[in-house]
Amino acid sequence: MGRETKVGKEMMDNDRIDQIIDKHQGDASSLIQILLEIQKENRWLPKEALEKVSRRLQVPLNRIQHIVTFYKAFSLVPRGRHEIHVCMGTACHVRGAPRVLDTVQDLTGIKPGETDGDLKFSLETVNCLGCCALGPVVEVNGKHHGKVAPAEIAEVLKKYD
Amino acid sequence: MPRVNSPEELEKTRQGIRSRRDPGRACVSICAGTGCLASGASEVIDAFNAEIKKQGLKAAVDTKGTGCPGFCEKGPVVVIYPEEICYLQVKPEDVAEIVSRTLKEKKVVDRLLFVDPVTNEKATCESDIPFYKNQVRNIIGDNIKMDPKNIEDYLALGGYSALAKALSRMTSEQVLEEVKKANLRGRGGGGFPTGRKWTESRNAPDKIKYVIVNADEGDPGAFMDRAILEGNPHSILEGLTIGAYAVGSHEGFIYVRQEYPLAVENVLIAIRQAEEVGLLGKNILGSGFDFTVTVHQGAGAFVSGESSALMTAIEGRVGEPRPKYIHTAVKGLWEKPSVLNNVETWANVPLIINKGADWFVRFGTEGSTGTKIFSLVGKINNTGLVEVPMGITLRDIIYKVGGGIPGGKRFKAVQTGGPSGGCIPEGKLDMKVDFDELTKAGSMMGSGGMIVMDEDTCMVDVARYFLDFLSDESCGKCVPCREGIRQMHKLLSDIGKGKGKEGDIELLEELSEVTRDASLCALGKSAPNPVLSTIRYFREEYEAHIREKRCPAYSCKELIAYHIDPDKCRACMMCLKKCPAEAIAGGKNRIHVIDQGKCTKCGTCLEVCPPRFGAVEKISGKPVPPPIPEEARTIVRESKGR
Repeated sequence: MGRETKVGKEMMDNDRIDQIIDKHQGDASSLIQILLEIQKENRWLPKEALEKVSRRLQVPLNRIQHIVTFYKAFSLVPRGRHEIHVCMGTACHVRGAPRVLDTVQDLTGIKPGETDGDLKFSLETVNCLGCCALGPVVEVNGKHHGKVAPAEIAEVLKKYD
Repeated sequence: MPRVNSPEELEKTRQGIRSRRDPGRACVSICAGTGCLASGASEVIDAFNAEIKKQGLKAAVDTKGTGCPGFCEKGPVVVIYPEEICYLQVKPEDVAEIVSRTLKEKKVVDRLLFVDPVTNEKATCESDIPFYKNQVRNIIGDNIKMDPKNIEDYLALGGYSALAKALSRMTSEQVLEEVKKANLRGRGGGGFPTGRKWTESRNAPDKIKYVIVNADEGDPGAFMDRAILEGNPHSILEGLTIGAYAVGSHEGFIYVRQEYPLAVENVLIAIRQAEEVGLLGKNILGSGFDFTVTVHQGAGAFVSGESSALMTAIEGRVGEPRPKYIHTAVKGLWEKPSVLNNVETWANVPLIINKGADWFVRFGTEGSTGTKIFSLVGKINNTGLVEVPMGITLRDIIYKVGGGIPGGKRFKAVQTGGPSGGCIPEGKLDMKVDFDELTKAGSMMGSGGMIVMDEDTCMVDVARYFLDFLSDESCGKCVPCREGIRQMHKLLSDIGKGKGKEGDIELLEELSEVTRDASLCALGKSAPNPVLSTIRYFREEYEAHIREKRCPAYSCKELIAYHIDPDKCRACMMCLKKCPAEAIAGGKNRIHVIDQGKCTKCGTCLEVCPPRFGAVEKISGKPVPPPIPEEARTIVRESKGR
């Protein structure tokens, strides 16, 4: 959908990682902020990137592993071209989000947390997108689709290739 | 803007901004909060800019993307000043008409006004709309008047005058006393008296102290902190700086979840602007007081909103809680005394300093002073943020402000306090909403989420939903929370699937007790609330699931079936075409039948069946009638004209 993705590329630029680390003055307490920035640009965290961060910040790799597996924002595997976020917040839940999620799973063949084989879709559930008036909400590549019934989501997903 | 070096210079700058602004000048304010942006507000803003230029009004009209005024249900919200005409659900195609009719001819576009669903009366101004009329909007009322990215707007509305007052005319003790006297309680969930927390930090021996804004708003269905941070970031900075002055801190942190990119953006801009003007940094307003603020983004973990966990996260480590034998106010961030308050708590501080504790305590009840912002969501007509005085009844919030339940459905319960809160039934609607009353009813104030549920919501499913959330978010450090929640979740899932057994309710109660008593932090201690409160008020629903394998709300997937009544089906093909599972057999003039083996129970057939037929029904607790035989499926119609 016109959005540049970096899937397929082994790893983001080595220099770019250095730039991000330099921006935070190589400060170990900025570890999470640095990882967030790498995740944001590369959309996942390759092992090589983590090793580099570990070396530069003098933080053991196991601590970094602990962090990237604890927080939800990080992904250790490549992501699909299109990110689907199905909101499972309480307001969406009582307005039928589980039925929407079931339909999305049937249509894409993947479960939350997974990416399909040809890297088309990655599916995630989120705990609240904070636009409860539109519930149930599905967000695809940052675009909100509000008040979606299971039958409509099929139409929405068809538009992405 | 030049740097201001004293309270007098600040006033002069303020007067300068005000005198440059003509109060009679037309201004189009468009909500640019996350909710309205999701409904298409940025296209509306672009359309206004283009249309105003096209119609030659660029010199006479300002446009402004503002913070969230709360009426998300009717977004995008547009307010036109100076008349304060409020247009709702504005689309880009409405813009040309608004510009020519309202801005040029000074006439109102009737069809975009609020229409009262009961009286059918139209409301022109914000203040005439019942949703707003029944609120007391001390904190979020200014959001629609301000571009959060422009410090001049905040200054024009009197911003930073509380800080100037505190630094120049009050000692730090006096600031502390005023907050104590106002009896401000923490808006993040616990309701701990803010003044007491500040005093504890102030008196702690360490010289270095920190103040922190908790903006890790993780409760699903709650977004009041986001609205304040996005819409009025300077009010948080002002409150935080006043707090720092009171406790003697020179370094502050704002911990925001990365899921709120707009809040992060706006608060970073606000910090930069405040530093430029000299309202943050060295020697603020010539008082000799130094204070800096850093923003930290959370990486997505609900438990990191807990005070000790949040501080560990700021240190760059895994955000897990620790036992708090010593309060974080004494040993917190990097083992230094740290005052952590929620966004809304900080937003109240400038109001208290400016208008005084005596003014503040006029709102609310004796034990819970001031107003509280709730995020009113779920099965409610007016979804949005509502700010009301503490002590208002639930009934007034839901019916007067919220406009009641949509679709003529019956109210069943309201869930307050986030995932660790409880469900309050219809019988308690006249209860006063404050910290203590909600706790007495088995729920809690929490950060202010309020999720309304109607007759279609299953209470066992709601409890299961919250426990699912909490078991996912439990950090796993302590056993009672990790295992207790997991076991309760398993029991609730089984009950919802029709695999519940006699004794399960009692077992849930027992597990609840252990989890509550033995968990390390508030996540585990309050995790049983959803279970206990639903058992307390809706025990019969649990029993129906366990004994009759019936879901009274027709919600639990494993316990319901969809069925087409052959006597009512007119073979219109609607459900057949729309069924995503292709589970419906039939055809033109052939009565439709659902293949129960293929049905995924998505409910599409029920939604699309024309109401005049009403042939699709939900069944629970009894067997599905066998499909009618093939030969009986043909509908013989009388042909037209005979």
